[in-house]
Amino acid sequence: MSETLLEIANVSKRFGATLANDDISLSLAKGEIVALLGENGAGKTTLMNILFGHYQPDSGHIRVMGKDLPPGRPLAAIRAGIGMVHQHFSLAPNLTVLENVMTGTESLWRPVSDAATGRRRLMELSRRFGLETDPDARLGDLSVGEQQRVEVLKSLYNHARVLILDEPTAVLTTIEAEHLFATLRDMARQGLSLIFISHKLDEVMATADRIVVLRGGRKVAERLRGGTTKAELAELMVGRAVHRPERKMSPPGEVVLEARGVTLRRGGVDRLKAVDFDLHAGEVLGIIGVAGNGQTSLSAVLSGTARRTTGELRLFGAAVGDLSVPEVVDAGIGRIPEDRNHEGVIGEMPLWENAVLERLSRFSRGGLVDRRAAIAFAQRIIDGFDVRGGTPLSRTRLLSGGNIQKLILGRNLIEHPRILIAAQPARGLDEGAVAAVHGRILAARNAGAAVLLISEDLDEVMALADRIQAIVGGRLSPPVARETTERGQLGLMMAGEWEGAHAV
Amino acid sequence: MMDLLDVLFSAGLWAAVLRIATPLILGTLGELLCERAGILNLGIEGIMTFGAMIGWLAVYNGADLWTGMLVAALSGAAFGLLHSLLTVSFGLSQHVSGLGITLFASSLAYYLFRLLVPVVGIPPKILSFQPLNVPGLSDLPFIGPALFTQTAPTYVAMLLAVLMGWVIFRTPLGLAIRMTGETPHAAEAQGINPTAVRYGAVTVGSALMATGGAFLTLSAFDSFIPTMVQGRGWICIALVVFATWRPGRALIGALLFAFFDAFQIRLQTMLTGAIPYQLFLMMPYVLSIAALAATARRARVPQALMQPYRRGER
Repeated sequence: MSETLLEIANVSKRFGATLANDDISLSLAKGEIVALLGENGAGKTTLMNILFGHYQPDSGHIRVMGKDLPPGRPLAAIRAGIGMVHQHFSLAPNLTVLENVMTGTESLWRPVSDAATGRRRLMELSRRFGLETDPDARLGDLSVGEQQRVEVLKSLYNHARVLILDEPTAVLTTIEAEHLFATLRDMARQGLSLIFISHKLDEVMATADRIVVLRGGRKVAERLRGGTTKAELAELMVGRAVHRPERKMSPPGEVVLEARGVTLRRGGVDRLKAVDFDLHAGEVLGIIGVAGNGQTSLSAVLSGTARRTTGELRLFGAAVGDLSVPEVVDAGIGRIPEDRNHEGVIGEMPLWENAVLERLSRFSRGGLVDRRAAIAFAQRIIDGFDVRGGTPLSRTRLLSGGNIQKLILGRNLIEHPRILIAAQPARGLDEGAVAAVHGRILAARNAGAAVLLISEDLDEVMALADRIQAIVGGRLSPPVARETTERGQLGLMMAGEWEGAHAV
Repeated sequence: MMDLLDVLFSAGLWAAVLRIATPLILGTLGELLCERAGILNLGIEGIMTFGAMIGWLAVYNGADLWTGMLVAALSGAAFGLLHSLLTVSFGLSQHVSGLGITLFASSLAYYLFRLLVPVVGIPPKILSFQPLNVPGLSDLPFIGPALFTQTAPTYVAMLLAVLMGWVIFRTPLGLAIRMTGETPHAAEAQGINPTAVRYGAVTVGSALMATGGAFLTLSAFDSFIPTMVQGRGWICIALVVFATWRPGRALIGALLFAFFDAFQIRLQTMLTGAIPYQLFLMMPYVLSIAALAATARRARVPQALMQPYRRGER
């Protein structure tokens, strides 16, 4: 490539006892796309926050076009032409698109803001890079994909020459993500340099010119796209060879859970609209969809935390009324909640209390909690499900996300539930933990449990599910068989297009 | 019924409305500015009381009336800085800090007053602002006595409402303030310093509140009584919500409340004996609650109101 635009030299940053960045160096040429690949906690976001001036590095420096960038000052980074698209957008929902873009771009002491010029420039950028937007729309009324376009436009408006994107596809549908990467490649062709942070191997291999792998705060490898493979990158990222478990075909059993026309109305909005599905013993039924399309309502109805407005539910062939949480637990329905830190465990309580909380009556004697039995139960989960980093008596929030998830999985699976409702079970987990969680879910299925897998991760659903239904705007598509379905078709289904889908 | 209409068409009523509204306009604009930047300032009641005292005291000791206003504003700014220090720099609870400042400022006002002014039977007086004679307009029939017999600070307060609307919605500074009140992290990502914006908004806003208090002692009345603010600060907090954080509507809200208040005073004298007068005293508050309930539900509250901002945390 041509000239070096950006140079990160020997940057280190320590937070308390952890070394988040350990002597990292990185350079970026004009018109180049570099992917920063790594697991959670590898230090990717910290590095980019240092680059953008949100954090001050302990040592090392950053040079843009050969000039040192003063540390810890976002304004200096913006002036030097660095733009950042944050994972959690830095946008104000109550302001308009134009206001969001223009904030801070004019001298604060001007007696009047030049909105007309701002609008003209915004529309010009919008046309040039194919990033459509409505300058007068209230930002909070836009979809997540549209908001991201505004975030990109904001950086371009600030004359960014280097654009940093922090996990840009985490919130997008597959189609939106493909569109985004097409836009990014176009930007690179027009001379912009891009760094994007990701832990998804597919998008890294499809888009980046060069790939930098971080692990445990250190740069472990740097590869040109042509000189590496997905398998090598996975191994570099995790530090050892990781094999995701494989699903083997097996005939499903009888129907254990049946929903017909289940509707949930909340706050005047139909969160679920006449949902139908059949869940068989010994199968994984994948419910795929972008977050916010009714998944939370679906798992709430099945977990007994919300009452359906209309519709029929049949459990093991018998019609059931409104389910309460104790009834759900007694019926042998295991639940992995979507938000493990808020709904799954109580962080301040020790592991053993979290292990027995939903079946407390079984660990009570004469109105008192039988601590010894409960602690023994927790120990069995810890041993059986490889929960690391804690004893039954240690506080749960000290565990990593992956180990909290193994604890939740363990307390559900140790009793061999007949049904498992798993909502986003691998969300935010790193490669090693994902493999463990997936392995357990498949093992439960092979042992005859019926698994309802609610997920927004296409790869996860393709790897685990036997049949797949898409959820869009509270509606469920007809099921399709995994074996006869392409990723592209699922992408379309997630966008609400399932007329061509063949039901099974 | 005829009597009621007579009241409505008396120039005296409308002149009273503008006079009663002035401290509310100033207080509401001050609170609105603080809240637009994301800081709730419950110190308003005490800051108004202190402004009323210190402005009066300055004039009593020989300063001219505008200097008295300025002294009040500076005292308000000082309390604003204290509130900023506690809520912005230390990130403490804005409720607790604000209520603390109200208790502290009103007690300090009373204490200083007692310390510096001899105790006499009738509170000492100063020569307050006199009605301004607007050439041409003041002589118009009805309109003249109704709208153009006010003192200068009343006209200044109205102009300030327009100015504040301009600043908040038309200038880059206003956009920076709004962004800080909505999403301080986003403001920072655009190179704006949310801490500085909040300090500035709270300091200037508190100065405005104090001038609202000073209006009471330097224009509406001519002496200081420790309890004279009488909950006007709390009314301003409600008016900010009623105004949905817009200066123009704050002006309308303050005028509306003042109208209820002026009207009830006249009803009291008309219907005296038939109904206990306390009921009339209640009227403006009941009507404000009703108006608040009707308008405020659709309001878009600044998203980061009452949320401390710390760098590097998301």
